[in-house]
Amino acid sequence: MKSSILTVTILFIAVVFSSAKNNPAQDALKLSIERGKKVYDNTCLACHQVNGSGVPGMNPPLKKTKWVLGDKKVLINIVLKGLDQEIEVNDETYSNVMPAFAHLSDQEIADVLTYVRNSFGNKASQVTEAEVKKLRDK
Amino acid sequence: MKSVALKMMFLAVISLIFATAFANGPVKPKHPRADVTLKLPAGFTATPIAQDLGKNRHIAVAPNGDLYVKLEKLKNGKGILVLRESGGKAKVVNSFGDFAGTGIAIKNGYVYASNDQEVFRYKMNAKGEVEPNQKAEKIITGLIGRRQHEAKPIALDNAGNIYVTIGAPSNSCQTKDREKGSKGMDPCSLLDSAGGIWQFKADKLNQTYKDGARYATGIRNAMGIEWNDEVNDLYATQHGRDGLFQMFPELYNEEQGAELPAEEMMRVKKGSDFGWPYCYYDQMQNKKILAPEYGGDKMKQGRCEGVDTPVAAFPGHWAPNDLIFYTGSQFPEKYRNGAFVAFHGSWNRAPLKQKGYNVVFVPLQGGALNGKYEVFADGFIGGADIDSPDEAKTRPCGLAQAADGSLYISDSVTGTIWKVTYNK
Ligand code: HEC
Repeated sequence: MKSSILTVTILFIAVVFSSAKNNPAQDALKLSIERGKKVYDNTCLACHQVNGSGVPGMNPPLKKTKWVLGDKKVLINIVLKGLDQEIEVNDETYSNVMPAFAHLSDQEIADVLTYVRNSFGNKASQVTEAEVKKLRDK
Repeated sequence: MKSVALKMMFLAVISLIFATAFANGPVKPKHPRADVTLKLPAGFTATPIAQDLGKNRHIAVAPNGDLYVKLEKLKNGKGILVLRESGGKAKVVNSFGDFAGTGIAIKNGYVYASNDQEVFRYKMNAKGEVEPNQKAEKIITGLIGRRQHEAKPIALDNAGNIYVTIGAPSNSCQTKDREKGSKGMDPCSLLDSAGGIWQFKADKLNQTYKDGARYATGIRNAMGIEWNDEVNDLYATQHGRDGLFQMFPELYNEEQGAELPAEEMMRVKKGSDFGWPYCYYDQMQNKKILAPEYGGDKMKQGRCEGVDTPVAAFPGHWAPNDLIFYTGSQFPEKYRNGAFVAFHGSWNRAPLKQKGYNVVFVPLQGGALNGKYEVFADGFIGGADIDSPDEAKTRPCGLAQAADGSLYISDSVTGTIWKVTYNK
């Protein structure tokens, strides 16, 4: 019973996605996620790992954390300025330093955060180039 | 058009309901008891004698055979558990110490244990046990314990000294830690108070840096340290630096960044300098190489010529977390006076498969390498290859030799203790 409802739902979702094919906003999101994956693989993966699970006790996971899903300004600043403070995610504390990635372009930072916010089980709005630029210029 | 929008909204609601339903499903225990079978050489068996203890770190055996387990996170307010075996199982018979940490050692009627800044000791009573309300004596305090490489492994010699690892709160002493393009500090100011092993008196209270001596330097993070009674010297296992490929892709490819630098097992003399952060050991070229932050090009030795070299070298990022020498008579002769090293397992090999997560035997004769190391215990991850450390079902972290000559191995994920025995 449950599985047939699930199948129907999945079918409906597929329809929605295909009918959204020509939606420019959706296209932009999709492209940003694709570009963002490349940035992630080159710059974030080493520490946060292939599946966003992080490294126990060292580098925190990027799965449904309050930083990933929360205030975009805080999130953008983590990438622009790095992070070096005691943080707790899901009852674990993490001890390494996150360096700043200010050498990435505004577009790259927007893309990688959009990718992270839409991967590893996350679902959240896009981060735009303009939002990154605004914070960098501050 | 309007109907499409409506349809989408309807579906969004439905999928939201589903998503929430699934997200709120039954909560799985975070670290379920792992179904792990260790692989060992013929004749050896591993029995999980205790499980679900907590975040096990280093372990030590008392003269009466009790096993002391240091926890990285307090359990019921206690950081040290005492286990006693009977009938193939070990039960917690005592617990004490209101601090979490890594280091534990037993010597001359005292239990020594550390948190990330201090070392304490507890006197054992006439029965060789620590009384439940026994007061701790603080013997060392004020050590650097910033959040990176903060654990304080300890070892004691036979002349009244205690050795404490003070790991460097840094990867390679860059001006900005782990930031691509940031230069290495020269000289590295961290070496005055970290990145080495310090010597203190085992019986003096409240010692600080000024009461101790920097025994050896240029060691990034010696997680394993142990006194070798046979040759009367300190040995250590270092966690080598990270990020050669990530920070210098123009010099190192992905594979080289995963294999380099070697993890080192070192014989540590007073005044030894193993070269961190300026140098790292390349196990393919068999020499210390100048680190790229200090002008290295992956071949050049420069100032690293003449820097102390390891007794044994292992593949990069395996994370050697503990070291002991085997002095028992239960295992076959070849193990006598050789070393066991527990590798906690890598993360800085991604996106390649992670490695380590095993216990290795290092054959030694007179304290020098006598043949190639061999993997002794494997299978801790509980399955095929893993991409990230959180997929490992268990991870070996601490080692100790049991009173009957068996080997105890502690696991930091599920809180298991294995006892490895040999039956001819
Ligand atoms: C050198 C390792 C390293 C790299 C590379 C790295 N991070 Fe981090 N990251 C960390 C550490 C360590 C922390 C926790 C820092 C602290 O506790 O102060 C962290 C924290 C975070 C957080 C907030 C905590 C959380 O888990 O939600 C986010 C978001 C994040 N990183 C995203 C990224 C992104 C995006 C990239 C790539 C642009 C990246 N990181 C690259 C190590 C790293």
